[in-house]
Amino acid sequence: MKILTANRLMDGEAVWLAADHSWAETIAHADVATNADAEARMEAIGAQGIAANLVVDVNFVDVELIDGKAVPIRLRERIRAAGPTIRRDLGKQAAHGAESAA
Amino acid sequence: MYRYDEFDHAFVAERVAEFRDQAERRLAGELTEDQFKPLRLMNGVYLQLHAYMLRIAIPYGTLSSKQLRMLAHIARTYDKGYGHFTTRQNIQFNWPALKDIPVILEELASVEMHAIQTSGNCIRNVTADHFAGAAVDETADPRPYAEILRQWSSVHPEFSYLPRKFKIAVTGAEHDRAAIQTHDIGLHVKKDGDGKLGFAVYVGGGQGRTPMVAKRIRDFLPEEDLLTYTTAIMRVYNLHGRRDNKYKARIKILVHETGTEELTRQVEAEFAALKLSGEELKLPDADIRAIENYFAPPALAERAEGWASVVAERKADAGFDAWLRRNVHEHRHPDYASVTISLKGIGEVPGDATDAQMNAIADLAERFAFDEIRVSHEQNLILPHVARADLKAVYDALVAIGLHTPNAGLVTDIIACPGLDYCALANARSISVAQEISTRFGAQERQEEIGDLKIKISGCINACGHHHVGHIGILGVEKKGTELYQITLGGSADENTSIGQIVGRGFTAEEITDAIETVVETYLANRADKTEDFLAAYRRLGAAPFKEALYGTEARAA
Repeated sequence: MKILTANRLMDGEAVWLAADHSWAETIAHADVATNADAEARMEAIGAQGIAANLVVDVNFVDVELIDGKAVPIRLRERIRAAGPTIRRDLGKQAAHGAESAA
Repeated sequence: MYRYDEFDHAFVAERVAEFRDQAERRLAGELTEDQFKPLRLMNGVYLQLHAYMLRIAIPYGTLSSKQLRMLAHIARTYDKGYGHFTTRQNIQFNWPALKDIPVILEELASVEMHAIQTSGNCIRNVTADHFAGAAVDETADPRPYAEILRQWSSVHPEFSYLPRKFKIAVTGAEHDRAAIQTHDIGLHVKKDGDGKLGFAVYVGGGQGRTPMVAKRIRDFLPEEDLLTYTTAIMRVYNLHGRRDNKYKARIKILVHETGTEELTRQVEAEFAALKLSGEELKLPDADIRAIENYFAPPALAERAEGWASVVAERKADAGFDAWLRRNVHEHRHPDYASVTISLKGIGEVPGDATDAQMNAIADLAERFAFDEIRVSHEQNLILPHVARADLKAVYDALVAIGLHTPNAGLVTDIIACPGLDYCALANARSISVAQEISTRFGAQERQEEIGDLKIKISGCINACGHHHVGHIGILGVEKKGTELYQITLGGSADENTSIGQIVGRGFTAEEITDAIETVVETYLANRADKTEDFLAAYRRLGAAPFKEALYGTEARAA
């Protein structure tokens, strides 16, 4: 299973592709691809995001479902989704609370 | 301090305008990311895990109060209220928006600062001893030479697209506090038998995935030949350095593969050719002295009253007494001292300072330290010239902002890279490990019992946390999706530079602090006496007792 992530061009904010094709600020809204067709579809939307100068550095992230939530397998992506582990007052964990938990 | 002349002001202003245009075109979609990325990197703008990161150059780590206040202003206005001082004497802001960066650069230019050449395959910020101009053991202030190199290397047309990044460090003292032997070029300012100034030249040091100690290729280079000889080194590297593999592109690999003797021959041949060709960049004495004048020491009035007042004050305040022992350093003028402001509070993030702290330090520098602040490569701030009579006032002011931790050079004075909490390249966290070790060893009495000990932590093999040259080095790696930490022992970055040796298998994040405690306790149990510090004990004992303590029967079986 994969989700598509990127950074927003304007401010570098980490974002995830949502089911409505918008770029969500929290991983809780990430659309999850469970097969190759879905991945291809999401990849195309990611390319549109790059072309429209909305996002940069678009990448798939491997996830697993835990209690119905998509959780990145790599710690790197979990930190990216939440914010620095050493400053809980910063990043998405501060701005969005539980929605940022990965 | 160096002051911009008209050319400097115009040059930086042009670069700010150029970047503003580039950023606007990027945001308007007129430039693609592939086109824009090398342009933003040339101006210190990275894209990290959570946001853009802006790295600002602090030439040879020297700042005025006005400049530090500007950094505080940027932290408060455009970032999240803090900055991170780095192992290259620079500062990084972790959260700026791309749309704001042109205006940040404009504000920086107003105080003679910029972010040019803080990234890219060019000559980076030239670093120097943080006690330059104040140290009692100094032959000459290294900063005029660092400034000459800065001016020469800024947008140097021949050396802006090198095989890889290039770092130069300069020390003017016998005791190397600038880690020159871990740099691409290390310069040691010294005098020859006739008392003339010049340099011992080291080439090919570096850390990263292939750590190397630099080789001395010149025992004495006359002062006037600094730029000609540096040009010769750069030309040999630019011609022969590998461009096919970024992991083998640093000059250390060229030195290693070519051999020191042959590389020296090539450099000397190029140097001789330059001298004959009319391209020689001989430094006129008047120009050197003119630059030197910018770094003239402040007028230090006699302040002998400090000798008596400090004795009384330290008797009355145990915290001040501990701070004097660890954070106050001998100055060339007996009535003065250099002060380390530790950015390593117990359990805190190494190298971070809030906007309020930066402002307070700027005030202190203005009031008590001739308006000068230094950034050390060990991620602390320095007030280089403080009258002994003013030390208590400085200490009390630092207490008020929580920056009075008396741990300079002790086990909790840890270098750590940003690691996986911020960095897109990292494989493991490093700051959290530093915080846990700091908390474990935080008791002052215990720290002082352990004595001088440098722990350095990197969150990936790029070694921004200098783990290879830590007395105890910690390297974070990712193994099977989890963080694992390798310990190296016996590294050092002074005049007797050595690369630490991996002691054995790695430890998990939960185990690493216990493992470090085991190493420290093994040192305490085996040192000859209290005067034998960790590094000396390790060099005498070797790795065996530490391996035994860490791995027991596993070590014996191996």
